[in-house]
Order: sequence, then C-alpha cells, then structure tokens
Amino acid sequence: MSAALPLLAAEEFHTPGLGLFDWPPLVEGASWFNKPALFALIAALVVIVFCYAAFSRPKLVPRGVQNVGELAYEFVREQCARPFLGKDSDRWMPLIFSLFLFVWIANLFGSVIFVQFPVMSRIGYPAVLAIGIWALTTYLGMKHQGVVGYFKHMMFPPGLPGWIYTLVAPIELLSTFILRHVTHAVRLFATMMAGHLIIALFSEVGWHFLFVQLTPLGAPLGVLGVVMTILLTAFELFIQALQAYVFAMLTAMFINGALHPEH
Amino acid sequence: MDLLAAPEAQNPLLPELAEMVVGGFAFLFVLFFLGRILVPRIQKALAERTEAIEGGLKKAADAQEEAQRALQEYREQLAEARHEAARLREEAREQGAQIKAELREEAQAEARRLIEAAHAQIEADRQLAFAQLRTEIGRLSTDLASRIVGESLEDEARQRRIVDRFLEELETSSDAQAVR
Repeated sequence: MSAALPLLAAEEFHTPGLGLFDWPPLVEGASWFNKPALFALIAALVVIVFCYAAFSRPKLVPRGVQNVGELAYEFVREQCARPFLGKDSDRWMPLIFSLFLFVWIANLFGSVIFVQFPVMSRIGYPAVLAIGIWALTTYLGMKHQGVVGYFKHMMFPPGLPGWIYTLVAPIELLSTFILRHVTHAVRLFATMMAGHLIIALFSEVGWHFLFVQLTPLGAPLGVLGVVMTILLTAFELFIQALQAYVFAMLTAMFINGALHPEH
Repeated sequence: MDLLAAPEAQNPLLPELAEMVVGGFAFLFVLFFLGRILVPRIQKALAERTEAIEGGLKKAADAQEEAQRALQEYREQLAEARHEAARLREEAREQGAQIKAELREEAQAEARRLIEAAHAQIEADRQLAFAQLRTEIGRLSTDLASRIVGESLEDEARQRRIVDRFLEELETSSDAQAVR
C-alpha cells in the first residue's frame, strides 16, 4: 500500500487493519483536509462536470455524453424512483439522482488506480447523507400527516390485534424513526469498508509473498493473492454500483413512506 | 500509510464532525447544481422528446386517416363519374337512335313527296299528250278522209299506195315530232 511497507514488514506479514482508513491531513494545519475529504470534493466535482457536459444544453435527439447521462438518469428514474414514488418521481429525481451519482462516484474511487480509496468507507460521509434524508423524511412526514399522524402511522400499523401494539409500537418507533436511517448509512459504509479491507488484504498477500519475501512455498500464495485481488476488484465494481443504487432506492422508499403512509 | 497505527485507530463507526461537514458540503454542492439547474433541464428535454414523439405519432395517425378519407372520397367520385359517364353514353345512344329514326322518317317522307310529284308530272304530261294526240288524230283523220275522198277510188292498187304513203308520212312526222 505504500513505500514504507517493505522496510517495515521485511520479515513478517502484517494483515492490513483499520489503519487503512486513517488519513493524515494533506496540508499542515488543516486537519479536516485529508485524502477522503479531497476525494469527496473531487467526486462532487466529477458529478457536476459530467452532468454539465451531459445536460447543460440537452438536445431532443441526444448525442455523445447526453446519451450516457440519459442512460444514468433513466436508470435511476425507472429503477429507484418510479417503483416507490410513481407520479411524484420527477419532483424528487433531483435529490435521488444526485445521491446516486455522488455515492457511486465516491465509491468508485475505491477502484480508481492511484486513488484506491472509497470515500464512503469513512462513516462520516454516508452518515451525513443519511442524517439529511432522516431530517427530510421526518419533515415531509409531519407536513403531510401532521405531527401526531406521523407518529401514529409509524407506531400503529393497521390490521393487528389490540394487545400486540404494546410490543409493536416501541419497536416500530425505534425501527422506523431511528434504526432504518442508521442502517441506511452503515450498510453503505460497511460494504465499502469491507470491500476495501479485503482487497487490501489480498494485494498485501500478493505484494508480500511475491516481492518482499519470495519463497518457493509462499509464491503460490502470492499468485493467489494477485488473482483474488483482480477478481475482487471486479466484484467490488459491481458492489459499488449496487450500493449506490440501494442507497438511492431506499431514499425513494423513505420519501414515499413519508408522503403516503398507507404504503 | 502507517500500518502500525492500526491498533490505535478510532472506532470506525463514530463519524467525525469534520468529514460530515465536508461530505455535507460536497453533496449540497452536487445537489445545488444538479437539482437546481441540470436535472430540470434534462427533465424538460425528456418531456419535450416524449411530447415530440407522441405528437409525431398522432400527426402520422391523423395524416393516415386524412389520406384514407381522401382515398374514399376519390373512390366515391370515381364511381359517381363512371356512373355519370354510363348514363351520358346511354342518353347519347338514345338520342342518336332517335335522330336516326327522325332522319329516316324525313327522308322517307321526302322520297314519297318526290315520287308523288313525279307521278303528278307524269299524269299531267300524259293528259297533255293525250289532248295533243286527240287533236292530231282528228286532224289526221280528216286529212286522210279528205284525201281518200278526194282521190278517185279507181282501183284497189292506187288506194293502197295512198294508204302506204300516208303511213310513211305519218312515220316521218312522228320521227320529227315525238308523240308519246
């Protein structure tokens, strides 16, 4: 993972750990400005530049980047927004599409060579998005159902025998009001973190047993590490897109739940 | 990166405020440009495209219908024209036949008239000739009688010569003067 590695681990293999996710400031004095922060900003920039290229002057007959942009837009609209929001899709597509692209590009940095760090593997980034969505859905729910109605619909789903509500109500409150938003962030964070860790582990294995300490016994292990790194990188590309899709889709689901409680 | 720092790494589940601020800022940045400017544009373009396609389809359907209607109209007109032509032809034929019949009638009448006129003429001529002949015969008869009476009726031979001469004269005069 870095030039210091061969010196430190000349003799012994060290499993990469959570230290992978700790980044020193890039500029002395600005402690917030580390590698994840830099790439979070770059991800935002990439998304904006791409969308500007695609959508700034949209043509009726699309050409070039606009085709790609429309492909992404229509994918998000048809797969994330429409199944939940239906006719309200267009109203919420700006948010959902932004979320999808931002999360996906931030994830994608995990597989971009020389960057190789998924921004969303730092809990802060998914957390702030999830908190924003929590605030939005709570606001929407209270606006559309009233403050009391919002909690009533949340805690007392219709069609259950009376006594069971003593059990259901607190569980639903905790689950719907808090936990689903926590898992919304943690799901994204954890998959990105685990993916990054496991790729780091296999590339470390490849590096250590093929370059640092090449032995007849260790070499096959090193080859395995390289092969696994390649395969898992391909898998990780899929997971990155999948998690962005899930994040956007769940957002659409939460918004719809706030707008139309019967669902 | 410092691998030795791994054991002291902070709990990865606790978000740092700084990165939440950075992440929030980055996302709001994205949301502003995409949500305010770019996504509405593509939504507008997509809506316009849908409308254009639907409009185009509708226009095509309308044109098809219009063409169908025009075709139907032309067919009706053609049938009508054919009918009309047949009717005119029939009428013309009838008129032609009638004219022909009239002409024939007229010609026949004319012919009859001519024949009648000819008959009348012939009758008149005959009457005239008859009248002339009658005077001529009377005159000749008296002439002949006077000659016969005037000449001595000595012999039959002489009498005979007289009659012959008379007949010869009669013949020559009939050559000069046509008597019908």
